[in-house]
Amino acid sequence: MGILVDRDSRIVVQGITGFQAGFHTKAMVSAGTQVVAGVTPGKGGEWTMDGKVPVFESVSMAVSATGANVSVIFVPSHFAQDAIFEAIDSGVDLIVCVTEGVPIHDMIQVRHYNLQRNVVLIGPNSPGLMTPGEAYVGVIPPNIAIGGSVGVVSRPGSLMYEVLNVMRNFGIGVSTCVGIGSDPVKCTGYVDILRQFEKDPHTEKVVLLGEIGGLEEEEAAEYIAQMTKPVVGYIAGVTAPAGRRMGHLGAIIEAGVGAADSKIEALHRAGVQMALHPEDVPRILKG
Amino acid sequence: MRLYEYQSKMILAKYGIPIPRGRVTSTASEARQIADDLGGKVVVKSQVLTSGRGKVGGILVAKNSHKAQQKVSKLLGMEIKGFPVRRVLVDEAVQIEAAWYVAIRIDNKLRAPVLDASALKNNNGHNNHSGEHLKVVINPLLGIRDYQIRDVAASIGLPKSHWKKFIKFAQGLWQAFLQMDATLIEIKPMVITDDNRLLALDALIFVDDNASFRHPEFSDFWDLGLAPYPEIEARKYGLQYVKLKGNIGCMVNGAGLMMAAMDVIEQFDGKAANFLDVGGGATPEKVTAGFRLLLEDDDVQAIFVIIFGGLTRCTDVADGILAAFQEVPPRVPIVVRMEGTNAGAAIAKLEEAHLLTADTFVGAIQKTVTHSKGGWNGHPG
Repeated sequence: MGILVDRDSRIVVQGITGFQAGFHTKAMVSAGTQVVAGVTPGKGGEWTMDGKVPVFESVSMAVSATGANVSVIFVPSHFAQDAIFEAIDSGVDLIVCVTEGVPIHDMIQVRHYNLQRNVVLIGPNSPGLMTPGEAYVGVIPPNIAIGGSVGVVSRPGSLMYEVLNVMRNFGIGVSTCVGIGSDPVKCTGYVDILRQFEKDPHTEKVVLLGEIGGLEEEEAAEYIAQMTKPVVGYIAGVTAPAGRRMGHLGAIIEAGVGAADSKIEALHRAGVQMALHPEDVPRILKG
Repeated sequence: MRLYEYQSKMILAKYGIPIPRGRVTSTASEARQIADDLGGKVVVKSQVLTSGRGKVGGILVAKNSHKAQQKVSKLLGMEIKGFPVRRVLVDEAVQIEAAWYVAIRIDNKLRAPVLDASALKNNNGHNNHSGEHLKVVINPLLGIRDYQIRDVAASIGLPKSHWKKFIKFAQGLWQAFLQMDATLIEIKPMVITDDNRLLALDALIFVDDNASFRHPEFSDFWDLGLAPYPEIEARKYGLQYVKLKGNIGCMVNGAGLMMAAMDVIEQFDGKAANFLDVGGGATPEKVTAGFRLLLEDDDVQAIFVIIFGGLTRCTDVADGILAAFQEVPPRVPIVVRMEGTNAGAAIAKLEEAHLLTADTFVGAIQKTVTHSKGGWNGHPG
């Protein structure tokens, strides 16, 4: 059930021997996700995760030896572009790039290259995605969601954790939650994920979380207007001052573009029930 | 990061794009010297990181070097939209025959670079072109092609005699955009002068901070003299900090959650004193540096800390907060809400230090706003 990842997903972790990657890989393994391989150039042949996960020199070697079909990237930002190209060329079906701070120009080239390849690339700066009870890929706190029928898609990461947390406290379960990352140039946007939720028989309702900057929520609203499944939304940054970058690369109101009000209005017009704050989301879902 | 006009023009010059003769200065006497060198008549332009300075008297024409000195001395005392004028660009005064807007930007919808150009009206009225914008999409792997530049030249009504120069101009823009990791290069205006030069009369460049690792020169662009102390301090520790106008100090991990917190503060009729995202995997040292900024802020009447521990261990955050108390003793109520890795142990530590706690996100913010309005008995707990 859910979208993009399930119990058959076989994960390869790029940069597995790094500190952050190690921490989160351990969490993925404990959550029952099949982590079948790691990649760290120069450390091929070693074993990690208490000798349970083999390390390879390259993603293609990992794919041919283990049948990995999902790659999650934890490498530092200056290696991220190369790691993404490598993953695109390796034959995996899905790439999740957790790395934060990838230069925009690097992503413009990646996006262009991937137009011909069409591998599903989520991120950069993505917290990852999770189909509770089946697969967990990235850095989302693993016990934060329970299985169910609500699909969640979010640009901000931490905000998604908070909403998942209150949903769980209300007993509301999740089909799949996907953090698409808030960088302005990426390959997978809200609409790509919403399309999958619309098709997914296990998803009955959808939650969309957004923040200031860019026009992605407005684009999502255009698609939502044609969706059959109900959508609940929340946008952060109503009080954010224009012209200041609020943490994330993409979180800035520039030249009149990116204000929260415009997004809230567009989503509202598309029939989305808008929450006033994160804890309001489960209340609306309960209806 | 937004660059100053004079920095932007230095970059353009490096990529072969013609700019007016001129130099930047921070003294009126040097401005006089520069004007003398340029032949007397000059334009003096205040260097500030904001747009619209011309409309508020930030750009002046001086007929001779004596006047240039006077006018620069006036500009150097000015403040434009909150930015003190500390440098002035002294440029030769040129006679404009026709003017255009030319930019390379990343298109919001296409997520690709575009060359965007249009004709501008000028005072002579020579250019009566419609002023429509023409955008051509640049293939990031091929770069901009000459035929695309000719298409643009034709549609914006650029005289054919200047097309060759314009191709070089636009190719220079693309190279600068690519090699400087720019997110915007805006030339407003590009002009043809009475002596038939094609010039970038003004320039605005934004560069991508994420690309700093391959641009050691970016640190020279960052204007330390301009940024308030807390922002410099925050940058040093890799914290995301923005000073705001209210009295509720806040520290959150995650930018989206931090913004949501600001919004909820206003729903309870409070106002945030700052935006502070300590990020994922924050160390105690980083937390101490961030928390010190809140404790040192005289506007702050109450503080909340909201942490969702993942890679970030809540106990590290607690240790960081307690270490900050050693440097700046707390004088306002502090409310803490933590979830995730080591949350229980962290809360216990902080309760022992008499901090207030809350179970929910909204609850923590509401409690803080209430305490900021008085009623706190002065005891930390």
